[in-house]
Amino acid sequence: MESRKGRFGEFGGQYVAETLMSILHELEKAYLHYKNDAKFKKELLDLLQKYAGRPSLLYYAEKMTADLGGAKIYFKREDLNHTGSHKINNVLGQVLLAKKMGKTRVIAETGAGQHGVATATAAALMGLECEIFMGKEDTERQALNVFRMELLGAKVHPVTSGTMTLKDAVNETMREWVSRTCDTHYVLGSVMGPHPFPTIVRDFQKIISEEVKAQILEAEGRLPDAVVACIGGGSNAIGAFFDFIEDKSVRLIGCEAAGKGVDTPENAATMTLGTTGIFHGMKSLFCQDEYGQIAPVYSISAGLDYPGIGPEHAYLADIKRAEYVPVTDAEAVSAFEYLSRTEGIIPAIESAHAVAYVRKLAPTLDKNQIIVVNLSGRGDKDVASIARFKGVNINEQ
Amino acid sequence: MNNEQCTINNAFKGKKAFIAFITGGDPDIETTEKLIVEMAQSGVDIIEIGVPFSDPVAEGPVIQQADERALRAGCTVDKLLDMIKRVRPKVEIPLLFMSYINPIFVYGKEKFMQRCADSGIQGVIIPDLPFEEKGELSGECAKYNIALISLIAPTSGERIETIARESEGFIYCVSSLGVTGVRGEINTNITEMTARAKSVSDTPCAIGFGISTPEQARTMAELADGVIIGSAIVKIIAEHGVNCIEPVKKYVKSIKEALA
Repeated sequence: MESRKGRFGEFGGQYVAETLMSILHELEKAYLHYKNDAKFKKELLDLLQKYAGRPSLLYYAEKMTADLGGAKIYFKREDLNHTGSHKINNVLGQVLLAKKMGKTRVIAETGAGQHGVATATAAALMGLECEIFMGKEDTERQALNVFRMELLGAKVHPVTSGTMTLKDAVNETMREWVSRTCDTHYVLGSVMGPHPFPTIVRDFQKIISEEVKAQILEAEGRLPDAVVACIGGGSNAIGAFFDFIEDKSVRLIGCEAAGKGVDTPENAATMTLGTTGIFHGMKSLFCQDEYGQIAPVYSISAGLDYPGIGPEHAYLADIKRAEYVPVTDAEAVSAFEYLSRTEGIIPAIESAHAVAYVRKLAPTLDKNQIIVVNLSGRGDKDVASIARFKGVNINEQ
Repeated sequence: MNNEQCTINNAFKGKKAFIAFITGGDPDIETTEKLIVEMAQSGVDIIEIGVPFSDPVAEGPVIQQADERALRAGCTVDKLLDMIKRVRPKVEIPLLFMSYINPIFVYGKEKFMQRCADSGIQGVIIPDLPFEEKGELSGECAKYNIALISLIAPTSGERIETIARESEGFIYCVSSLGVTGVRGEINTNITEMTARAKSVSDTPCAIGFGISTPEQARTMAELADGVIIGSAIVKIIAEHGVNCIEPVKKYVKSIKEALA
């Protein structure tokens, strides 16, 4: 999909401080070498299969299918991976790469804490020091994940600058990296940031769609009609879409966080409301004002609460290969409960955004059509905040 | 070479240049305007005016907070440009904008540079526009004779010659890894950085990041053609607010004397 180095159409690029350019070139060189290195590929596949539990299941949601009365619904169960989300796919790849590069320390941003937990896990496994930057507001709404990261031996820095959420955590991790590149790798958690990150993260996540393709062909003997995924920065979505991009009959649908609604100021609907800008190292779409100041965004989901989107998604939207739809907090919470009761699966609130859209989409399709939903993470981490949203006191605090 | 770039060049003629940074609109536009006039009168050779940004990733806490104050006080690119146009007849030294790429991109690259030229800005420093991406602005800068200042860093290595060969105005030598802010000591081999740049280019080199005391300024000036001081001045502005003019003048004079 890259038209020139690090570009997806006009999007992407490498808009960072000069201080980081050498390390980005070093990373690109190392990645281009190891991605074709048989030993590296074998080591990574072993980790994915024997440690993370891949391949993840493709589960036919028979009850939900019957209930909605339309297309057959399959879930790609990334929630069953070790650490409970798709984040582990990218993290095992990047931490292994960092180790090959001779780095002894990894740093990462995290929103909901899924990427932070995954990074802390891989660092513990491979014996690297680990420090995680997390918006102070997120450390409060995802306190359990903070403790989890600390259990795994990571140091968690609450970020108090700006809006104290994911965007500010990225700012602070970049500031940390620019001050210490020689022994440190920045494990970026999504398909965003400066080249080569959007490409590296996508390559480590595309295993999701490769598995889905094989699994659905085995189960149904045909490709799905739609693949649906939630989207913040866009790593689980690109992972679920990538191997289907050339299969034009497959609709690719990203569900972004509309918070309290796209007609309110409190949302994170970058594709619906954003404009082209250059931030966090990339040219892409951002929620911003007329002077290019990045907007404070909002979502009940700390993982989707980001004012930008990965450049490859901006490109897929631009060429109309993928569709992006807004889903509100209320719709996501309703889907969170619906999936819990209908299928006995508690989804991450991020993934519940995709489930919410499928509840609308499935009844509009025929019974012989197929939807694959990427269930990117499990919802244990969200139980307390959903209770808060509903005004239920579960005495956690 | 055009007139605008000549004035940046002139700031380095026969002396070590003192380049002072302030965040535009901190604590308000009127104070920035006064600071420009008074700093120029107190011996500053070039003034860098920061365009406040919501997410200044290259800055340490001092300038981050200045950007927040300026944005809260309502500073915008339009208000800054209007102010520059007002103050331009009162000062003879070069005025530069330090801006992240996004405010310029969203404002409209051509419109921004055209208005810079019209207001009397001589150059721009874009911390998140490395050599590989400078094509994003170089056309518009050239069209309106705005110097696009290049940065080199302690990690630049063999990139230095490539960057220096195409440099305009001056070369901003980043003294240390990390973000802007006052530092106790600077350990980078600055001499090697400037020597590499000078081996391929006549563009003057100025050192920035971490310089705050007159002694540091004197030591750094010996290694280059000028010094850039930002956070130390912004800190005084943070402390004194609209009453910062006198303490800033006093500080600026102490640096100027150290460089004499």
